[in-house]
Amino acid sequence: MKPKALGTNGENNSMENGYTTIVGMEIHVELATNAKMFCSCKNDPFGAQKPNIYTCPVCLGMPGALPVPNKKAIEWTVKLGLALGCEIQPYSQFDRKHYFYPDLAKGYQISQYDLPFCRNGKVTTPFGDVGITRVHLEEDTGKLQHATVDGEKVTLVDFNRCGVPLVEIVTEPDIRSGEHAKIFLKKLHQIIRYLGISTADMEKGSMRLEPNISVRKSSDKVLPSYKVEVKNINSFNFVKKAIDFETTRQIGLLEKGEIPKQETRGYVEATSSTISQRSKEEAADYRYFPDPDIPPIRLTTKQIEEIASTIPELPDTKKERFIKEYGLSEQAALAVCEEKTLGDYFESCVSLSQADAKNEFSPTAIAKKIINRPGEITEESPQELIEQMKKNQLEKIIDPTLIQESVIKTLSLQEKAVNDYKNGKTSVLMFLVGMVKRELQGKGDATVIEEELRKRLG
Amino acid sequence: MLHKLTLSSAIKKLKKKEISHTELYTDIETQIGKINPELNIYLSLDKQAIKKAEKLIDKPLAGVPIAIKDNFLTRELPTTASSIVLKDFMSAYESTVTDRLQKEGGVIIGKTNMDAWAHGSSTETSDFGTTKNPRNQDYSPGGSSGGSAAAVAANVCISAMGSETAGSIRQPASWCGVVGLKPTYGRVSRYGVVAMASSTDSPGPIGKTVEDTAILLEQIEGHDSFDATTPEKEPSRVAEHMKKGVAGMRIGICYSDHANLKNKKVTEQIFAAGKIFERHGAQVSIVPVSDTVEKGKILKHDYAIGVYTVIQRSEVSSNLARYDGIRYGVDRSNLGPEAKRRIMLGTFTLSKGYADKYYIKAQQVRQLYLENFRQLFQDFDVLISPTTPSYAEYIGAGKDNPMFGELEDMLLEPTSISGLPGISVPCYRDEKTNLYLGMNIVSAWWQEEKMIRAAYLYETESAWNEWRK
Repeated sequence: MKPKALGTNGENNSMENGYTTIVGMEIHVELATNAKMFCSCKNDPFGAQKPNIYTCPVCLGMPGALPVPNKKAIEWTVKLGLALGCEIQPYSQFDRKHYFYPDLAKGYQISQYDLPFCRNGKVTTPFGDVGITRVHLEEDTGKLQHATVDGEKVTLVDFNRCGVPLVEIVTEPDIRSGEHAKIFLKKLHQIIRYLGISTADMEKGSMRLEPNISVRKSSDKVLPSYKVEVKNINSFNFVKKAIDFETTRQIGLLEKGEIPKQETRGYVEATSSTISQRSKEEAADYRYFPDPDIPPIRLTTKQIEEIASTIPELPDTKKERFIKEYGLSEQAALAVCEEKTLGDYFESCVSLSQADAKNEFSPTAIAKKIINRPGEITEESPQELIEQMKKNQLEKIIDPTLIQESVIKTLSLQEKAVNDYKNGKTSVLMFLVGMVKRELQGKGDATVIEEELRKRLG
Repeated sequence: MLHKLTLSSAIKKLKKKEISHTELYTDIETQIGKINPELNIYLSLDKQAIKKAEKLIDKPLAGVPIAIKDNFLTRELPTTASSIVLKDFMSAYESTVTDRLQKEGGVIIGKTNMDAWAHGSSTETSDFGTTKNPRNQDYSPGGSSGGSAAAVAANVCISAMGSETAGSIRQPASWCGVVGLKPTYGRVSRYGVVAMASSTDSPGPIGKTVEDTAILLEQIEGHDSFDATTPEKEPSRVAEHMKKGVAGMRIGICYSDHANLKNKKVTEQIFAAGKIFERHGAQVSIVPVSDTVEKGKILKHDYAIGVYTVIQRSEVSSNLARYDGIRYGVDRSNLGPEAKRRIMLGTFTLSKGYADKYYIKAQQVRQLYLENFRQLFQDFDVLISPTTPSYAEYIGAGKDNPMFGELEDMLLEPTSISGLPGISVPCYRDEKTNLYLGMNIVSAWWQEEKMIRAAYLYETESAWNEWRK
């Protein structure tokens, strides 16, 4: 199955040039637990009214303060791992990762090194599976703010975010194009939202995306000797653009006989390009060692099963079920499964409608109504939606000759649109439907009008 | 002479109203005024202590004055860990140990000097001067809890709190002729204790008698929701078990054949102790030293020095990273030479390409010690050995000798890296120098009651505890 809308470049942007793009991703996701990762401070850095209000000795790294892991955050990490088809490790531990930065209170970040909670999963996409190397849990850092205080330029630190649980998902270098990355990320995002473990809001930085991009001759089978990491990306589209840009840039260098530098680059939104930030020739030495403040974590099969039982039906399964159970089209099923809440809403409407045998609507009609809704579904209860459908149905029953007359009238008035359509710009059809509906003062069934228009336009 | 009261008798006398808080505190404060300027025991004192004490008469500790090592965070007195880097640092929160002590009726009379960041065995690395041994001022009180051991020996408090990573409670207790108890790792919360080596740090009491340390342990022990390394365990009930004697106990004498200990007074005293235990119905035998893990033998301590040095330095380099000069007001160039040495060595032993050779190797050897002790405690209830190879060293003996502490603590390091509990009791006093020797009694994990029984019996049956006379 390949949705048309994706175009044909999904498999590999560069195949035709004899090059293959190799992308692996690191994705950071802030978990939406009530408390922070290692203390009981409120986990709400975006809702905080002032800097440094959600802090305590633990997340400020005061002398003598000790971390106590958040059970919920561990459960949610395992939940995510299970949803991504990972093997859950029966024995995991937290490690200290050392580096110096003013937003890092302890001089080290508590993370996981060689014993993460989850390993070896995968996400299926139309352009090929993306292997999940590992999913591990760590803590977020504080945030630096550059400001002028009393005429002096200073850097301030806000620790509201310090210690927020952060999941890192690392993929295998299985991604072959910008489009492939985008569709993979969309799917990952959807799963995370389904699990209800994070808002995964990229604007706010609760989901952060870092592609590692390199290019090799398609005939080569080994990984390239370098990789370029791109930072500061806050949308799936920008990931796609960054990968497309890097692919072209790196092929350009390779064509000249140069090997691209191993470096970190930043994405520049205005120009859809990347610029060099720092060279990464030598790998940093983080001096990882097991955090002696946190005993290793053992997960029993029973515990893992219990966590697994909290996983809701995931998008792919739900979509297939909707197609089978309700006879929805692939596209309609995809659309109503976009968000878990939407799918649930759809099912409520269907069962409501089925309960009223006299006025039963087909699930396809309900799905269509939901997909074309003007606002958020939360604004309208399933009952209200069904009531509205009943009302519309009454309004739609009008004299077919009235429709024909309006269509003829509209076509004679909209000369330009008619010409456009005849020149192949079929998208004007929906515009014409709208015009006819206006003529009919909102009445009439759009499908019927559309059919009538097509007939007349030839 | 109220300052000479033991904790147990002070509590009894206060509760029976035989003495008043005013009398007790006036006496101790007079003693502090007389002795502290010379010995340099306290870094800070609470002038309001007496006022707090009077309200606590109904609590288990009845408002007795307790000295606290300066690495316990306290809200009302500064906490410096004897380093200029934390000079004048006032903590926003209270350590679990001092919090529990105060809730049970203890009063923090002052904070005691220590080796800076607990790096040392003599208090000589303190940025605020060396503490002198109250038994003989030419000598060091030991360390790193040297100030707390000296405070008890000098009667400038009723009891004290120390912390041990490897020897830091028991070694100064031995040198000052007092009792020092290091609990099982995880029995007492580390929350709010400036971290040295997190995998072995154990807060514990220093007292005048075995009973005093038992009373204090019961007030501070137990699971703490702020320390993930404190499991939910049965309380030690050491005070209850203390007087049960040693009849039927299997006691092993360790390290008596070591070259540094052969024919020494301290070894002689350990054998004498063995005789006392035998007389009271214990089965006493010598545990031979071996080069490898062997049943019925104790793995020689030499490896433990290396293991401990690598692990402790590695953890120190990590734990001190937060004193980066950004938030505590004092630049890290103010760290003393010992702290700098440890940070450098620890950074090295954790570095890529070296961690396998040092840190990971050390952890592997540590497992061998754990295995060895697991086996030994199938055959023995307690193990005894000298606490330190000899008497207190001269002040200045540790200067320019970065391995000074490790050599002094060599008999304690195997049990420390294994997380075992131990107690040091005075076992000899040299009449000429007035210096003491200590005996170390170790029991299996979470079985403090066994070592307490042996320690209490020995204290009762020997002549070396001055406060019991």
